Amino acid sequence: MTFAARMNQAVKGAALMDFVGAFGLALQHLVRPKKTVMYPYERNPQSPRFRGEHALRRYPNGEERCIACKLCEAICPAQAIVIEAEARADGSRRTTRYDIDMVKCIYCGLCQEACPVDAIVEGPNSEYTVETREELYYDKQRLLDNGDRWEREIAKNLELDAPYR
Amino acid sequence: MTDALIWFGLTLGQILIVTVAVLLSVAFLILFERKVFAGIQMRKGPNVVGPFGLFQSFADLGKFLIKELVIPDGADKFLFVLAPLIMVTMAFGAWAAIPLSSGWQVSNINVGVLYLFAVSSLGVYGVIVGGWASNSKYPFMAALRSAAQMVSYEVSIGFVLVTVVLLSGSLNLQAIVAGQAGWFWHWNLFGGGGLSHLWLALIMIPVMVIFFVSSLAETNRPPFDLAEAESELVAGYQVEYSSTLYLLIYLSEMSNVIMLSGLISVLFCGGWESPFPVHLTPGWASAVGLFWFLAKTFFWFFMFVMARAIVPRYRYDQLMRLGWKVFLPTSLVAVIAVAAFRVFGPA
Repeated sequence: MTFAARMNQAVKGAALMDFVGAFGLALQHLVRPKKTVMYPYERNPQSPRFRGEHALRRYPNGEERCIACKLCEAICPAQAIVIEAEARADGSRRTTRYDIDMVKCIYCGLCQEACPVDAIVEGPNSEYTVETREELYYDKQRLLDNGDRWEREIAKNLELDAPYR
Repeated sequence: MTDALIWFGLTLGQILIVTVAVLLSVAFLILFERKVFAGIQMRKGPNVVGPFGLFQSFADLGKFLIKELVIPDGADKFLFVLAPLIMVTMAFGAWAAIPLSSGWQVSNINVGVLYLFAVSSLGVYGVIVGGWASNSKYPFMAALRSAAQMVSYEVSIGFVLVTVVLLSGSLNLQAIVAGQAGWFWHWNLFGGGGLSHLWLALIMIPVMVIFFVSSLAETNRPPFDLAEAESELVAGYQVEYSSTLYLLIYLSEMSNVIMLSGLISVLFCGGWESPFPVHLTPGWASAVGLFWFLAKTFFWFFMFVMARAIVPRYRYDQLMRLGWKVFLPTSLVAVIAVAAFRVFGPA
């Protein structure tokens, strides 16, 4: 550093030029509109591709979509899904057990990609905190209930995302 | 005997009033600080508890009080509890000598400047004792660092006080303020002697800046909060403190910040003197004086907050270099210049 540059720096420092500049900038920011989102009452926009809590969907006539092909179980990189299947009384192939360990799940969305009948999906819900670990071991009933509860949003999101698939 | 009792009662009342006022102002100024800090980052800040979040500090107080007080196993129990008490006592003791308005002062000490200097120095003991009594290595090292920092900057604060005392010719804070009466160019900031002394502002304004920056370091405030450094360390010498004891440390720090804001306005900005001459009855003059004192204190507190919001944290060696190699020689030269002015100059 040359002597002149050093002197320049010293004079600027002594005149508090950095402080003055930052002070003006801070005052400008102080009067700008705030970006705070009052979370429980306001929310940020969410993409239709958002990967939240899982759900098992049904057809409009109430028949569950899942045909127990176990593609989701096979592709799951975290091995969070466990499926057992049997023939039902009417001869159709259905799951008797469909468990997702939400603690293992990494929310990659591969199960949804793999599913040939759009049965397992990741819905828009991200608020499902619980107090014990056991409550995060979802069984088939819980997933079907989720599907019933979120069907409108899920169907809407799938429709919005369909052109890109 | 009755006179003594009445005097005792009155003083006790004054102490109570000042203490409660300081506690309340700490509560609301913390909220103000958080609001400004948030505003600069384009956030809203606390706005849930009460209207505009006005009761946020009281909610925090309640939370602090109901938390469990954890005293570490190996800690020296007595000193561990004593340290925050020392800090709070010193922080509130300093308020005794701050002139709030003409004649409004708990104790009008002849050597008020010396008293304030002494009391604020004693606060360092709280830091050292607290860090040592925790019986934990990180609080101990942080206590040494922050004690070194506070002591270093006290030196330049001392010299700055000397320049003001030389200008005013008194160690009495009431006299120092009274000497700055009249238009605002009579303030010590502008040389303290009217238009003919205005060129002294070339010395006094830098001296005021030195005092302000040293107060930042003295109170362990950002950008000199190396002892705490939220984003790097945990909490410096207060690591082991929790609940009420932590609250006391925090309270004394905030109270010190406000006290130093008040002290800057008393020493340099004319304290309770209004910036333009007004003629009022003595009773009104005191009330208006209180307003001006509070306004100036508030301005300086705002500067403290802005410094926290916009200046990045210094490194420890930079801090020491600034204290010993920049501020100390500069304030020394200022003392010599002002002394020469008093001896050889006009007046």
